[in-house]
Amino acid sequence: MSDTTLAPALPPRPSLWSRLPVVSHLRQSVGLQRFMLVAGLVITGIFLVVAVLAPVLAPYGYSQLRTETAAFGAQQAPSGDHWLGTTVGGYDVLSRVIWGAQTAALVIVVAIVASIFLGILIGLVSGYFGGWIDRVLVVVCDAIYAFPSLLLAILAAIVISGGKSSLWGGILAAALSITVVFIPQYFRVIRAEVVRIKTEAYIDAARVIGSPHRRIMVRHVLRNSTRTLPLIVTLNASEAILTLAGLGFLGFGIEPTAAAEWGYDLNKAIADVSSGIWWTALFPGLAIVLAVLGITLVGESLNDLADPRLRSRRASKQVAGDVASTSVAVQGNVVVDVTDPGAPVADPVRDVDEREGRA
Amino acid sequence: MSSTTTTPAGAPRPGAGPGAERHVVEIRDLAVSFATDAGSVRAVDGVDLTVRPGEVLAVVGESGSGKTVTASTILGLLPENATTRGAVVLANKAGTDEHDVVALSPKQLRAVRGTDVAMVFQEPSAVLNPVFTVGWQITEGLRAHGKVSAKEGRARAIEILERVGIPDAAERVDQYPHQFSGGQKQRIVIAMALVLDPGLIVADEPTTALDVTVQAEILDLLRRVRDEFGTAVVLITHNMGVVADLADTVAVMYQGKVVEQAGARELFADPQDEYTKRLLGSVPRIGEATARTAARAAGRPEGWAEATPVVAARDLEITYPGRFRRPGFPAVRGVDLTIRPGEVLGLVGESGSGKSTIGRAIAGLTPVTGGSLSVLGVEMNGARPREVRPVRSRIGFVFQDPSSTFNPLLTIADGVAEPLIVQGRARDLRAARARVDELLEAVQLPRAYGDRYPHELSGGQRQRASLARGLALEPELLIADEPTSALDVSVQARVLELFAELQAELGFACLFISHDLAVVDLLADRIAVLYRGQVVEEGTGEHVLGAPQDPYTQRLLASLPVPDPVQQAERRVELARLRSLD
Repeated sequence: MSDTTLAPALPPRPSLWSRLPVVSHLRQSVGLQRFMLVAGLVITGIFLVVAVLAPVLAPYGYSQLRTETAAFGAQQAPSGDHWLGTTVGGYDVLSRVIWGAQTAALVIVVAIVASIFLGILIGLVSGYFGGWIDRVLVVVCDAIYAFPSLLLAILAAIVISGGKSSLWGGILAAALSITVVFIPQYFRVIRAEVVRIKTEAYIDAARVIGSPHRRIMVRHVLRNSTRTLPLIVTLNASEAILTLAGLGFLGFGIEPTAAAEWGYDLNKAIADVSSGIWWTALFPGLAIVLAVLGITLVGESLNDLADPRLRSRRASKQVAGDVASTSVAVQGNVVVDVTDPGAPVADPVRDVDEREGRA
Repeated sequence: MSSTTTTPAGAPRPGAGPGAERHVVEIRDLAVSFATDAGSVRAVDGVDLTVRPGEVLAVVGESGSGKTVTASTILGLLPENATTRGAVVLANKAGTDEHDVVALSPKQLRAVRGTDVAMVFQEPSAVLNPVFTVGWQITEGLRAHGKVSAKEGRARAIEILERVGIPDAAERVDQYPHQFSGGQKQRIVIAMALVLDPGLIVADEPTTALDVTVQAEILDLLRRVRDEFGTAVVLITHNMGVVADLADTVAVMYQGKVVEQAGARELFADPQDEYTKRLLGSVPRIGEATARTAARAAGRPEGWAEATPVVAARDLEITYPGRFRRPGFPAVRGVDLTIRPGEVLGLVGESGSGKSTIGRAIAGLTPVTGGSLSVLGVEMNGARPREVRPVRSRIGFVFQDPSSTFNPLLTIADGVAEPLIVQGRARDLRAARARVDELLEAVQLPRAYGDRYPHELSGGQRQRASLARGLALEPELLIADEPTSALDVSVQARVLELFAELQAELGFACLFISHDLAVVDLLADRIAVLYRGQVVEEGTGEHVLGAPQDPYTQRLLASLPVPDPVQQAERRVELARLRSLD
């Protein structure tokens, strides 16, 4: 049995890179779905690059009010010195928008990291063991759902930093309040998957051979129940931005001297709108919309592409393709795929191969 | 034949006059391909078929042979990613109008569906909408094809329900699907298909989801559909017994082509194509293995019958807990069973008879609630997990559904090595690999298959790998829960053969669970027939299947269609006699 005889039978296993969630989705997509995914990836990519390179890209600091020679001046219209003008507080709008991306990215990362582990853990335990633990956890999570998330975020902001806060105080306040709301989502998603997978035959098979619970949970259940996570992560990321912006807008955000924050800038721009000063509100608002749009596009595309029923394929105009050999009965040896008549897997080479293997 | 009373246009049977040359459907050079992630796949490749009025055409073949796709084209039911070539000319019942279904617009298709051609699906409980009464669902078709008053629709629904054999139709028309049994639900689905009096019904595996006794009743009904309604039937099935029972002509499909088309009697008596011969040859028949069983029994050592049984159940009871403050459901009620070392016990019964529950209880997957169940010397009733664990390494299990027996994220080698690693026989996959290769070869899979993932194997190959995993720990007892019921007959024949070889070689005791009497007869030393949680008959295959004593076993045996139209016609008479005794 040499591997060369096997090669034509089976397409080579794609590399690890092309099996990664987003990359594999990109390769599968066609048409409008591909456009949506690419657009989302481009917007999100720009958002992340801006966040990382903020110190390089921004012409001024986020709390800078003056150059060495003179103050910026408040509510200056866009000009050569200030491409997007200045705010009522005298900050440079462009710099604030760029630095704000950094704050938003940090909140997303902290919120997701904090909620994903705990959510997955309790979802796994709850779904796998069931019983009273499950019932209590489900009720608790439902109760958290019933609580308005922004109210929770305000409470967290007050508890952590007394309302007005530093960079990390503000980020943690926003991130942790979001975490509390996200954990039930991860919990629900993972639990539903675990409950479904628990009834699969391979779990029974593992129990029959005497595998301990922890091995079954980690090796068989957990690895199979993380399919929908990329989608939830992207959707939650956009929700995190919105919550942070909401906090800032309501005045529970981060002090302008500690970090740039889009919601805060929007809040301060309310009065400007009626007096014809459009640039202070437009650009932070646009930044929020674009960041959320980009991440949501990625999430929605992942959702559509992950589901074979929603995924569009290039249909051929002519009847094309080969008949997949369903059965090659050499020596009465028949190979048939029973799971999906649309995608037969067997072919003659395998059977030849199989006879060799026996010889 | 009473067709004149119900079908005004008349429906001549094949060969019954000048109308015989008319076709209800004529498929010419049909080819269908699907766009998949891996490029285009051709499912049907140049198929020509014709169905005459009042004729039953059976389309047989393995999964993936294109039979369902061919039938779906008649109703224009192909999914969006399909591309079609060729013509499917569908005539109405009176023969006054013709359409090429392939070329019809969606609106024209809707007009044809129901009136000219209707469909009966495989799973009746999934076809009926649970939130509407059956009467409503039957009249829905009438409403879709013209104005019908509520009163008139109801009257039509009651009439059609009576004709498909639903008792008290006038009352039951207002009931919901869950209030009917599986067989009755399939009758209702057939009634839905018949209510607009189409010239053709396409039945896609109409009895596969049903028990064999119910299957016989539905086949009778389909025969009446042909005779009394004059409706032609395209029957898609992989069960050669069903074909022999019902079909007038048979088309055998293989790899998207029709390899043979002939009258049912000629095809079974004298198959022409190589593939047809092989297909018929792999259908298990009762009584084939009597000699082998006898030889095995003769070869047993002295004192074997007195040896300590591997499994001994006394008055075993298993009750599934009910919902809050409701009584539980007794799945197994007082069963006595023994399996001696090296013996194969076949457990046969319908769905819900408790056969799988017994298998799961022996493996410790379902708790025993009453009586005694001793497995390899350990009493399972009230056993603690710690006491059950050492027994598990001495039991192997092969599950029914090949699509989910392996963790999709682990390779086959990982899956087969799992028992060795868990039980501490090997530290990791690398240490276990030699033994895994040995096991894969024992089940006639090449070693290289160990590096593949489960979805890259076919159903039969996966069941063989599953057998390898079950045998990894050299168990004294193997429990096989319907290991071949999801496989095509030809694949099933291979797996069963392999199973028998390995059993003879390794000498493990085995509980072989199946709903198929012929399959059990092929392998088992003794057969136990389970009915509603109780063993009604037990003994050797010759005894239980040759001269059954219990009325249930007799009925079960008579209901099983045999792949021979002539013999099956005789058995039908016998079954009718048994039914009239009840």
